[in-house]
This record gives sequence, C-alpha cells and structure tokens, in this order.
Amino acid sequence: MTIALETRNLEKQFGGLRVTRDLSLKVEQGARHALIGPNGAGKTTVINQLAGVLKPNSGRILLEGQDITDLPVHKRVLRGLSRTFQINQLYPDLTALETIGLAVSERLGHGGDWWRRMGTRGDVNGEIAELLTRFHLLDVMNEQTVTLPYGKQRLLEIAVAIAAKPRVLLLDEPAAGVPESERHDILAVVGALPREVTVLLIEHDMDLVFSFADRISVLVSGALLTEGPPEQVARDPQVKAVYLGEEAVNV
Amino acid sequence: MTAASDVGYHAQRQARWHYGEVAFWLIVLACGFLFPSRYLIMTDILRLALFAMSLDLILGYAGIVSLGHAAFFGVGAYAAGLLALHGIINEPVLALVVAGLAAMVLGFGTSFLVIRGVDLTRLMVTLGIALLLEALAERFSNVTGGTDGLQGIEMQPIFGQIPFDMFGKAGFFYSLAVLFVLFLLARRVVHSPFGLSLRAIKNNPLRAAAIGIPVNRRLIAIYTLAAFYAGIAGALFTQTTAIASLDVFAFERSADLMLVLVIGGTGYLYGGLIGAVVFRMLQELFSTITPQYWQFWIGLVLVVIVLVGRQRLHRWVLYVPNLIIRQVAGRKAVVAVPESDT
Repeated sequence: MTIALETRNLEKQFGGLRVTRDLSLKVEQGARHALIGPNGAGKTTVINQLAGVLKPNSGRILLEGQDITDLPVHKRVLRGLSRTFQINQLYPDLTALETIGLAVSERLGHGGDWWRRMGTRGDVNGEIAELLTRFHLLDVMNEQTVTLPYGKQRLLEIAVAIAAKPRVLLLDEPAAGVPESERHDILAVVGALPREVTVLLIEHDMDLVFSFADRISVLVSGALLTEGPPEQVARDPQVKAVYLGEEAVNV
Repeated sequence: MTAASDVGYHAQRQARWHYGEVAFWLIVLACGFLFPSRYLIMTDILRLALFAMSLDLILGYAGIVSLGHAAFFGVGAYAAGLLALHGIINEPVLALVVAGLAAMVLGFGTSFLVIRGVDLTRLMVTLGIALLLEALAERFSNVTGGTDGLQGIEMQPIFGQIPFDMFGKAGFFYSLAVLFVLFLLARRVVHSPFGLSLRAIKNNPLRAAAIGIPVNRRLIAIYTLAAFYAGIAGALFTQTTAIASLDVFAFERSADLMLVLVIGGTGYLYGGLIGAVVFRMLQELFSTITPQYWQFWIGLVLVVIVLVGRQRLHRWVLYVPNLIIRQVAGRKAVVAVPESDT
C-alpha cells in the first residue's frame, strides 16, 4: 500500500506547552483513517499543521512522498490536500453558488482571470451544478451564506473542500453542532466520498468513527497513544481508560 | 433549463446591466448639457468619483483600509504636471496613462508593506507613505516647485484635436470619458473570478487560502490596480486645472475619500460615484449657508448616516424611482442597493 499522507517526528510548541509530541503518522492511500482523542489532545493542531496554517517546530510532513512542510496553504491545496474546519469558515456575504464557483474556478486555474465573467464557462458551471445538487444546495444557491440554516452551512463547508477535488481530505469534526434531524445528510455525504479520496477524520462522535473508519489513531496530550483497526482500538484498555471511559461518563 | 445553465444564469446575475445603471450614466451625460455654467464643479466631482472608485476597489472588494490613498493621487498629479511642463509627453491621454503607470509602480512597491498586518497597521502604513511623499515633494522643490507647486503648465489638445477651453467643457467630457472607460474596466474586473476571489478574501482570508487562493498575490494585484486608478484621478486633476501643488498629497484628501465611501457605500462600484456627488453637493450647500461651519454640518450628516444605516437611506432615496421603474420595466429592474456594508 502506498502512503498518501505522512508525518515524521512532528513537534509543535506554544510557548512551553508541547501540543504535538514526536508524532509520526502514516495514512494509507484510500484509507478512512480517524484521529481521535480527548478534548485538548491537540487534534486540530495536527490538522492545522497538515494544512499549513501552523508551522511545526520540527519534523516533516509528506504528501504522496513529497515534502510539503514548507509550502503555504494554497499550494498544498493545489497539490491535492484539502480540509474542512471544525467551526465553519465560510464567506458570509457570498452565496452558495459563488462560494463553490470560486473553489471550482481556482482549481481549474481560472482564479486569476480578471476579464471573463463568472458563469460564462460551461465546464465550471457544470461542475458547480453537480456539487450543488450532490450537497442539497441547489434550491438555496442564490442565498447569502450567512442566512443559510446551520446544517446547510455545514454541507457547504464540506462541499467547498470537495470542490478542490482533493486526493487527501482532512475532515475536522464534520458533524459538529449539527442538529440530529440534519445529521443524516452530512453522514451520507461523507460516506459517499469516492474510495480514491484518502480521508483523515477527526471526530468526537464514536458512532460515526466506528462506522466510518477502517483505521484509528489515538492522540493523547499531543502524542500517539496507539493505532490500529477499530476492533483492536476499541478493546485497548489504555484507550478505554483515557477516552472511551470519559465518553461513557458523558453519556 | 438544466442545472448547469441555471447556474450560469444566476452566476451572471450581478454582472448584467440593470436599467438603473443605464439611467445613471445617461443622467450624468445629460448633466454635461444641462448645466454648462457648472463644468468646473462637475469635473471636480468626476475626479473625486474616480478617486473614490479606486479606494472602493481595495476597501469594498478586498477589505484593505487606507488613510493614504492621496499618495497615488499625488504621484499621478505631479507626473502629469511634469510631463506637460517639460514637454516630455504632450498628448494628454498618453500622459494620463503614463502618470497612472507611475502611480501603479509606487502601488506595487508599497503593496508589500500594506498587505502585511491588520487594519490598524494598514491605516498607519498607508498614512505614513502619503506623509512621506508629501515631505519629499516639499524637500525636492527644484523638481516639484515646493510650496508654490508646478506653475505654468500648458495643456495641449486631446489627441491633438480637442483643446481644453476656459469654461472647462472639454475637461468635463474628457474626465467623464476617462471615468466611464475605467468604470467599465472595474466592472469587468469585479465580476470576474478574480473579483470574486477578492470578496472571498475580504470575507474570510483563512478559508480563501484553504481553497487554493494565493491571498497575498491577489491583494498585491488589486492594490496595484487601485493605485493606477488613483494616479489617473490625480493626473486628471493636474490636466484639467493646470496646477499641481503639495496639497495633492494632503491627509485631508485621503480622509475625504473615506467620507465619500461612508456616504455612498462600498462594494458595488457606484458607492464612490454617488458618494462623490452627495459629498460635494453637501459641501457646496453648507459652505453657502455657513462658510465657517460647513464642516460641522458635514460631520453631523455623517453621524446620521452611520446611525440610521446607509442601506435604509438608500431604500428611502430609491423608493420613488424604483416605484416608477417597477411600473415600466417590471420587478427585476429596480436600482441595485449595495450588497455589503463596511
């Protein structure tokens, strides 16, 4: 199996606090890999380093064998690494149509085009329509993002990441804050991602993790505690102690 | 209609010409024939409108605040003045473009300072650059004429055909043509994928980068273009008034520009144009009534605008025109109201 995404001895410190400790992680191509851990384990910090928002203090990040540690965010996207955010990061004033249209235009290299109007390229329009349909956004495409219900915004958040046609997708708690009635849409969309897309999922919801992931890494205090297939991780007494136990208490 | 063509139709919604826009430009053109005794003030408004449109490009679309936009206006003004004074380029239109390019070079050079940092840093950096240039212009008085300014500028006829007349008629139509051409270009730019990416950056730079937008490059590009526009506005100033003095760099000029956009609104291109008209009219009105205290009344108007909200004011002002337009041309034709508030 080839490795799609890899970290080697990743270290990140905020002042004296070590939030990522010597983290070496391998995500296989086509995997549904989940990164779990209790609150404050540093999961989102890892995602931010993978995406390029944060720079690690030391260690390397490799995408499909290529070192991307020093690349800025937008260049990683063009290399096929895209992400969603735990808290929606959308454009309040833009419509769903514009939001997705822009992501598609950027990927096809039209983003710097200052002459041709939006909506005049057939291939871009076709792709926008396909994405809007797939993410149940076609009926609200002309509404400003800020006016959309939260569940729709969440779908848009994922749709924007998919519009970049990633080969590796980082999903940061895709179902976070979504009301029960709208969860189904999100889960269906995530579940229907094509197999050639490698997914690294961060999630608190254990049902989602165990139904979706084929491999799980457990992060505690910034360090890797254990890693393996779901059944093995579920049985691991250490994991139960630090994470699942806490979850059980919450329930 | 298929989903794709539907998407294409709606994506171009903003880019299509509305009846209100056509009416706006026809009215502006008509003013040139209706008020032949008012060419000077109307030309002044056109210049201010172009200058404000320049600030709108960076403020309304890309979210870059500036308190030193006069830097580019000033460079354009002096460039045009020097070109004409020393007879380097005699043809006004060509000189105008060259002056704009000079401002553009400055814009590109300083953009690297401006795009770093947050709003407050940007305000200070832009302000600093304008003050710096003003001081330099004063220091090198052998080139700029110092506090006396450039004197004895004589403008040659436009395209070698149309001379500038003493009533300012040629100057007015010349300025209007320049404004309209640059407006068309700006309109094209803001409705392109590039323009949309600017709005995305203004809304959320974090996400913009996360979909592959090279944020800094886009900001540098629009800042440079805006500098070109401001330079052209400055060059128009020199060409139509035949003077260029230190006050082209003045802080008041940059500050007034902010007021123009507060009045007119940002992010729909007409804000600078409408704001320029209203601002100059108010200035005229108040300075006729109370020559000493006109600034007080301008200030009061601004406070009211901010408190009541510009969108609401626009709705009131456009209520009657839209009522008529709706009767004649149907619902969709109503005059656009700014979509974003800053």
